[in-house]
Amino acid sequence: MNADRRYHVLIALLAALTLMLFLLSLTVGPAAIGFGDSMAALVSARAGGIALIMREIRLPRAILGLMIGATLGLSGAVLQGYLRNPLAEPGLLGISASASLGAVLAIYTGLSAVFSLALPLAALAGAVAAVLVVQALAGARGSALIVILAGIAVTSFAGAMTSLALNLSPNPFAALEIMFWMLGSLTDRSMTHVWLAAPFMLIGWIMLGSLGRALDALTLGSETAASMGIELRRVQLLAVFGTAAGVGAATAVAGAIGFVGLVVPHILRPAVGARPSRLLPASALGGACMVLGADILVRVIAPERDLKLGVLTAIVGAPFFLWLVFRTRRSLT
Amino acid sequence: MPEGGRRKHRRLRAIFMRWRVNLPMAFALCLSVAPAVAQEPAPRRVVSMNLCTDQLAMLIAGEGQLHSVSVLASDPHSSAMVGQAGAFVANHALAEEIFLMEPDLVLAGTYSSRATVTLLRRLGFRVEEFAPPRSFADARDHIARIGELLHRQQRAAELIAMTDAGLARLAAGPRSGRTIALYEPNSYTAGSGTLANEVFRAAGLVNIAEKLGISGSARLPLEQLVMAKPDLIGRAGSDYGAPALAQENLVHPAFRALARQEFVDLPVAKMICGAPFTLDAAFMLQDAAGKQRQP
Repeated sequence: MNADRRYHVLIALLAALTLMLFLLSLTVGPAAIGFGDSMAALVSARAGGIALIMREIRLPRAILGLMIGATLGLSGAVLQGYLRNPLAEPGLLGISASASLGAVLAIYTGLSAVFSLALPLAALAGAVAAVLVVQALAGARGSALIVILAGIAVTSFAGAMTSLALNLSPNPFAALEIMFWMLGSLTDRSMTHVWLAAPFMLIGWIMLGSLGRALDALTLGSETAASMGIELRRVQLLAVFGTAAGVGAATAVAGAIGFVGLVVPHILRPAVGARPSRLLPASALGGACMVLGADILVRVIAPERDLKLGVLTAIVGAPFFLWLVFRTRRSLT
Repeated sequence: MPEGGRRKHRRLRAIFMRWRVNLPMAFALCLSVAPAVAQEPAPRRVVSMNLCTDQLAMLIAGEGQLHSVSVLASDPHSSAMVGQAGAFVANHALAEEIFLMEPDLVLAGTYSSRATVTLLRRLGFRVEEFAPPRSFADARDHIARIGELLHRQQRAAELIAMTDAGLARLAAGPRSGRTIALYEPNSYTAGSGTLANEVFRAAGLVNIAEKLGISGSARLPLEQLVMAKPDLIGRAGSDYGAPALAQENLVHPAFRALARQEFVDLPVAKMICGAPFTLDAAFMLQDAAGKQRQP
């Protein structure tokens, strides 16, 4: 009962923090607009410069920050539970990098200009391919180490192919966008991007969110879970395609943002107890907080430089990753 | 042929080395070498590896004097002299290919690859570097300097006179005082200390970026552009026939909502380098500002 109350308090706190960061995200930007003015412009029917900025520039940015963060946090928690691997995360398993490659191919060949759904679909295909390759490489009972090594191989390959595709583009700006696809950014995204990515991310959430009970059972081992009536085949399908749909769509509009799915579940796990079903909603909210926070910081630290989101998430995430490797190194060998 | 040239250079370098050690000897050498330097023959095989020196060299060089220009000179997105560039061998600003061209003078930009310039100098070539032009004064200096280097001072003087006459005509034209913002892919704009800023000023316009305190080429966030409400927006988006995210800012809904402002598609290729053709952009803008005034 006590644990239940603590869990509900935690969820309420995370939801409040997410809402606060969402509102803060709406009020931070190069055009100095007061809090009252900006909120009024968001809801009033009046058109004008401020309304335009709020509705077409800052609102999509905040919505995408929220949704992408939630997607990354949720998929990190699911992957860690499903693969029973503390180092699993869309970025480290090569899912984000492969989704980037899919998106890059769709955009720079001009396919997405003809058929706009090609962008999220190609990113989704890239993400699915990455999960399948990593699983095939690691085998059914792949150790944590093998899974991560397979992820590194997939990440490097997808990154190299992304660079190649961008370097071969006749557009001189394309090559400069390697940074966007590898580090991610929400600068000047528009409502078009929200409409394109949001449905896929929502489908991903539904698929991943339904896995709570199965992941709880899986903590007891796959045989026990199977004896409890968990269909492992179905769990795999939902985990793979849920991650691919969510992370694919997120990456298609904002590039690969690393480490969110790694850091957030680890920070929240002690607070929710060892129950994956409770970690999932908490991680989704935590991920939203982390990406919204990072996106606010990139605008505060260097407003003119268009700092990439992945820079900030890596500053937090990479040392954390090292610490995790240090802590789990005994089980890795 | 290159062997002979390099041997001569090595000899010269040996002489220079001696200058440092033996001063009286240096004086003696000076007396004998100095007149020879003044009458050094005009370069006969010039290679340019920078877009701006490419175009100035094509304008200034005499018949057969210029051998090669960079590939950028044939790129309609950045060069105003694509037609002329076809007559020259194209180079990719790589040391190896320039070495094989056996030039007696190499024109480079100060932003050309350091490694390439250093290597070419080590190989004994004469490399002259030019900073990117930031004003019409820079353009004038560069024209004069290339005129000297190619022994074509008279042609250079003609071009400078053309530039000055154009500027005078612009100054005599209407000074609308309307505001303009340059808006490039990736939300870049040109503030103070840029050639674009000088073009705007010559056209009698006020650059919003300069008013906002932006100097050089820097980002002008879409939010700030929306708030600044310039009378004219100079679009600098070329169609490269292939998409890039960099150009998405030019189709962003918030940018398109500014359509009531006058969009002007700038002749970007003429505004990168300072030459008489740069003035075409200013004349075009002066016209556009004048037309916009009458409702």
